[in-house]
Amino acid sequence: MIKVEGLRKSFRGQQVLRGVDLEVPTGSITVIIGRSGGGKSVFLKHLIGLLRPDSGRLEVAGVDLSRLSGRALDEVRKRYGVVFQGGALFDSMTCRENVAFPLREKLRLPAPEIDKRVDMALERVGLAGIGAKYPEEVSGGMRKRVAMARALVTEPEIVFFDEPTTGLDPVLVNAIHRLIRELHRASRFTAVIVSHEIPEIFEIADRVGMLHEGRIVEIGPPEVIQNSKNPIVQQFIRGEPDPQA
Amino acid sequence: MIDAPASPALRPFEALGRWTIFLVESLGQFGGFLGQALGALLTPPFKLWPLLGRINYIGFRSLLIIILTGGFTGMVLGLQIFFTLSRFGSEAFLGPAVALSLIRELGPVLAALMVTGRAGSALTAELGIMRITEQIDALTVMALSPMRYLVAPSILAGLITFPMMTALFDVVGIFGGYLVGVELLGLSEGTYFGEMQTFVDMADIMTGFWKSVSFGIIVTWVCTYKGFHVAHGAEGVARATTQAVVLSSVLILVWDYFLGTILP
Repeated sequence: MIKVEGLRKSFRGQQVLRGVDLEVPTGSITVIIGRSGGGKSVFLKHLIGLLRPDSGRLEVAGVDLSRLSGRALDEVRKRYGVVFQGGALFDSMTCRENVAFPLREKLRLPAPEIDKRVDMALERVGLAGIGAKYPEEVSGGMRKRVAMARALVTEPEIVFFDEPTTGLDPVLVNAIHRLIRELHRASRFTAVIVSHEIPEIFEIADRVGMLHEGRIVEIGPPEVIQNSKNPIVQQFIRGEPDPQA
Repeated sequence: MIDAPASPALRPFEALGRWTIFLVESLGQFGGFLGQALGALLTPPFKLWPLLGRINYIGFRSLLIIILTGGFTGMVLGLQIFFTLSRFGSEAFLGPAVALSLIRELGPVLAALMVTGRAGSALTAELGIMRITEQIDALTVMALSPMRYLVAPSILAGLITFPMMTALFDVVGIFGGYLVGVELLGLSEGTYFGEMQTFVDMADIMTGFWKSVSFGIIVTWVCTYKGFHVAHGAEGVARATTQAVVLSSVLILVWDYFLGTILP
């Protein structure tokens, strides 16, 4: 369970998060939607411990992340898998070495076990056989899949996806969403996805939260969000122009 | 809370205060960065492969440029010092003059400047690109220290390779001076090397050694720091790379002067 209470963050006097409250139930897929520049990525960076809040509580499995640093924070991070927006694959390594890296360095498994797990991970994301290629030699969609394989190969309890389908065509968007759903069914991890793929993302979400101007303005199952009376939510879902813009 | 704007008379003091705070903060961050890197260096697990990779990157791949610049520096020294000494009839001192110039001063400084241009700039650009493509963040969220994997091996590799490259620069430079002084201008081989053995002692070699060790730390420290803290995309990488090369070069020359006054 992830529990966020009153999370606030400012950069140079500009408030980005203005008191975010959110609960992510264990084993669920929770999607955070919202306009670009609305603080989604900043919020995600707090969840994965890359940013510290100015105030508020950020609890992961009962531990307040905002008070941790160094090794204590790393202990929490060992339960994480993160799929970054651009994949964040190490470009000096092949795709296979990228997937093997956390097993070798984080879990320090023996080489035969690493080989076995990497083969399985690449197969799960439909990329068996491309391991010898470097990230720059594969397509954007493949890079995202390799990033997913790397994030999931350590069998984390919580997986964060930062806009996992940005820059992909509609066919690939659906394919990645299906893949997330299948991987979730197989591993039952807790997933937090930051996305603005509307309405496709509703198909895989258990809960959807709308982050607007630094606050969660509405949260609930996809059908509740889709039928929300909140004009901000409706405007975003329908892709209507912002009257203030 | 929003600060009230200062009255016009106080604005210069406000600007000075802001600049001072920025300077102190930056220096603190800069020093803390080295402290963290040294902490990662001195505590297990030690990372041998990243270290060997960095030795290859900073040292081995700089060999050609070191040999080339070392050779021509020695040849220029041989030529200029020979003509200067010949005015006083002291050509016999060409060997020690070339060797002392190289070992005490030019070897460490020029080798460090060359490596800054070749490997230091590449180090900043590489780390900068890793920063903007979130590869450093990826390491962090894997609970793996970027300091241990990226920064500490670079600083240790600088510490190891700079003295070696300086030694190579000195040797090739002395040989360059020999080519010009002995082979081209007719000085005897025995005089060139014999006088060198008389006048160059261990203290001179240690002066060059300590300079090269400190330059190794300065260059890798500055270049990794600048790359590690890149922001604002490709333009930020370009700016950080320029800053790293300029700051490293200036610090090499300033620190060279200070060491020159301290060391025997």
